[in-house]
Amino acid sequence: MCFSQTPEKKRWQQRWFCRYCRQRRRRAAPEGQRLTEGRICAVQGLCWASLGKMLTNISNVLRACAQRNGAAAVVSARTYADFTNEATFEIKKCDTFKLDEGPATQVVMTRDEGLQYYRTMQTMRRMELKADQLYKQKIIRGFCHLYDGQEACAVGIEAAINLSDHLITAYRAHGYTYTRGGTVKKIMAELTGRRGGIAKGKGGSMHMYCKHFYGGNGIVGAQVPLGAGVALACKYQGNSELCVCLYGDGAANQGQIFETYNMAALWKLPVIFICENNGYGMGTSVERAAASTDYFKRGEFIPGVRVDGMDVLCVREASRFAADYCRSGKGPILMELQTYRYHGHSMSDPGVSYRTREEIQEVRSKSDPISMLKDRMLSNNMASVEELKEIDVEVRKEIEDAAQFATTDPEPPLEDLCNHIFHNNPPLEVRGTNPWSKLKSVS
Amino acid sequence: MLPYSGSVSLVSSFLFPPLQFVPPPNRSDWLCVVTPSVRRVTRSSDWSKSRRFPTGLAHSPAEDSLKMAASLRCFLRSGKKAVSALGQREFHRSAPAAAQVTVRDALNQAMDEELERDERVFLLGEEVAQYDGAYKVSRGLWKKYGDKRIIDTPISEMGFAGIAVGAAMAGLRPICEFMTFNFSMQAIDQVINSAAKTCYMSAGLQAVPIVFRGPNGASAGVAAQHSQCFAAWYAHCPGLKVVSPWNSEDAKGLLKSSIRDDNPVVFLENELLYGVPFEMSEEAQSKDFTIPIGKAKVERAGSHITLVSHSRYVGHCLDAAAVLAKEGIECEVINLRTIRPMDVESIEASVMKTNHLVTVEGGWPQFGVGAEICARIMEGSAFNYLDSPVTRVTGVDIPMPYAKILEDHSLPQIKDIIFSLHNLVLIIVRNGNYSFVFAEFLICPYLAATKPNLH
Repeated sequence: MCFSQTPEKKRWQQRWFCRYCRQRRRRAAPEGQRLTEGRICAVQGLCWASLGKMLTNISNVLRACAQRNGAAAVVSARTYADFTNEATFEIKKCDTFKLDEGPATQVVMTRDEGLQYYRTMQTMRRMELKADQLYKQKIIRGFCHLYDGQEACAVGIEAAINLSDHLITAYRAHGYTYTRGGTVKKIMAELTGRRGGIAKGKGGSMHMYCKHFYGGNGIVGAQVPLGAGVALACKYQGNSELCVCLYGDGAANQGQIFETYNMAALWKLPVIFICENNGYGMGTSVERAAASTDYFKRGEFIPGVRVDGMDVLCVREASRFAADYCRSGKGPILMELQTYRYHGHSMSDPGVSYRTREEIQEVRSKSDPISMLKDRMLSNNMASVEELKEIDVEVRKEIEDAAQFATTDPEPPLEDLCNHIFHNNPPLEVRGTNPWSKLKSVS
Repeated sequence: MLPYSGSVSLVSSFLFPPLQFVPPPNRSDWLCVVTPSVRRVTRSSDWSKSRRFPTGLAHSPAEDSLKMAASLRCFLRSGKKAVSALGQREFHRSAPAAAQVTVRDALNQAMDEELERDERVFLLGEEVAQYDGAYKVSRGLWKKYGDKRIIDTPISEMGFAGIAVGAAMAGLRPICEFMTFNFSMQAIDQVINSAAKTCYMSAGLQAVPIVFRGPNGASAGVAAQHSQCFAAWYAHCPGLKVVSPWNSEDAKGLLKSSIRDDNPVVFLENELLYGVPFEMSEEAQSKDFTIPIGKAKVERAGSHITLVSHSRYVGHCLDAAAVLAKEGIECEVINLRTIRPMDVESIEASVMKTNHLVTVEGGWPQFGVGAEICARIMEGSAFNYLDSPVTRVTGVDIPMPYAKILEDHSLPQIKDIIFSLHNLVLIIVRNGNYSFVFAEFLICPYLAATKPNLH
């Protein structure tokens, strides 16, 4: 790499652009200043991400040329800052039920993937903690079920499926709304009930929707038949999409879930049932609620996998395995993710009357998903402490901006009160609180 | 004797020789009624607006009343068969190239045409495929469209209703059949919380184009758990459209509109009407015949009293109207067709014309369809045109019994509709002379003739 050109500078814009990715970046000084993400090298004219990409491409080409078998080879390519691009990790073996083989125990994670998972999980964590703060300030009201501690589940699942697949979950949905394409700004504005919210302030915490994400459902267990229905639509339309249908350990005892297992298995629907077992259904621990706490075996005629839900790579690998199973037309599969939530059931629950603070602390110190990923990346020289700190700072800023927007955005206009009752309907009149108030409703 | 006084209804023809009238208890009220030209602006104002006195045919009233009493006795004794026999009477006007089509066949045609028209439409429910439908409504559809589009489900209402709603969310257009709407109670959470509310909660992002259909209300001898009318339950909820057809034309047109609608529709059929043939015009038999949801139909025009009903009881209203027409009381019968959104404008227009309203339904009285109509009329502009309180004729407020005699008496019969007029005072015009008679005297032959024969 012998470029010695200065980075392209468009005079009229007074900005520096990377020669490879054409993104606008801040300029790093030619000597002395460390090239970090977001900056552009004054000498090479390339930004951090581009350097990484170029080197990944080169290493891929080299790897393709070389004779390689399976996941055993570890190829490291030197980047500008001398990080490992890729590493193999050993993950916990998953218990299986009615399956000959389970997900792989040796997984490969690239640096980019790691950074992306880290950023996503950190964003989700910060977003939930911010929501906690806003709730205590009474800016968010009503229900607020927080997802911190369970980030690895959402990120791992999303890493294994495409955006064209479908996902539906219960009320602890902020994390999934984010991974499915919602922005933090819109999610927080929805929590505070503003017009900039993802559902224009009409849904709230439990009713957030985006493309191929069907909420956010308040009735425990009701989302499971809905998920199977989405899978039926996928099978009917003949696209090779699948539906990931999540529910909790509390919901796992709902009758309609067993009805759904029956029909999904009968009709071989491409649905992955995922039980996020966080140990407590509201305030009832799993031992006190279920005669059988092996939730992955509850499908009886549906094969099941029990997965460590605090390890993002474990979740990703198991989800990939499940997605392959579904897409091959073998029918539904069940996954139990053993995870933990740090907050109580919702913001009105301190979360310590049915479990001890020591337990929460123990999980936080030993199995926190973000810490686990961070340790992995640092110990394998896939990232530096400063880099991760920089990501933290950026995430914090993003959340602050979103919270600022969520608190300052105006509430929905009163004219919007009766809108969206129907879809594609001519305008109609809706009775107000008294016979003389006739409100207008448009679709 | 009367709960109120001063309310009158006008009768057009010679009925009886002038009767000795019995003055109402409050003589002063009665006096305010007696003016040659009766004019009415509001109920409390003076009666100065003139009224048209339509003339009718003169015929021997006594002979007619005997004939009517006999025929009425026949109706009520033969029960269901009488209704179907009446279905073929001349007041259903026939058009050229019309055909007699049962409601079952009309529904079948509607589903067949919509399945053919749109690839995304499919039917699921218990016994809809290989059994040809529990009530044979979906006969032949499985043979034509196959397993992919006509899906037999296990007996899991909550499960398959949820699956249908999920499929609707993902872009298909399911028709979810409940064997009867009594079983929909198992799945009512999916209908209300997952289907009806979703468009609003998502601010229009997520539509749910689904039709829930099935027989609703009382059948014959199926007892309490299988005879409930759910019109009021579903019509209570915003986000749903609730449709209740009566004849074949209604059934076909409304089902097609419901399937083409992008919103959740609850389609309440009636099991007893499935086998009843009705005239269907040439136009109604065409492939694109739809009836707009939210519009009522005036089945029979009249000027003295309005009868509003939905589903099976429209037939009862028409029969009662035929009976009363012999006495010269012209009833206007409105077939609601849609319960939600209700076409209150049609009812109001009719009430402004006739000044009296009777609602007829098969469901329970408390918080029912009739109660809603009463409230809406009272709140609206038609209230000032009412000459008497609205009467609700409903099912008896009990779980449905099994024994035939008890069952017959727990649902509205034609005599109950006729009886709803008994409070009224009729002005009879003859040669410019006015006579008054309590309607009770007029209709009591019909009521007496139909006294049950208790062995």
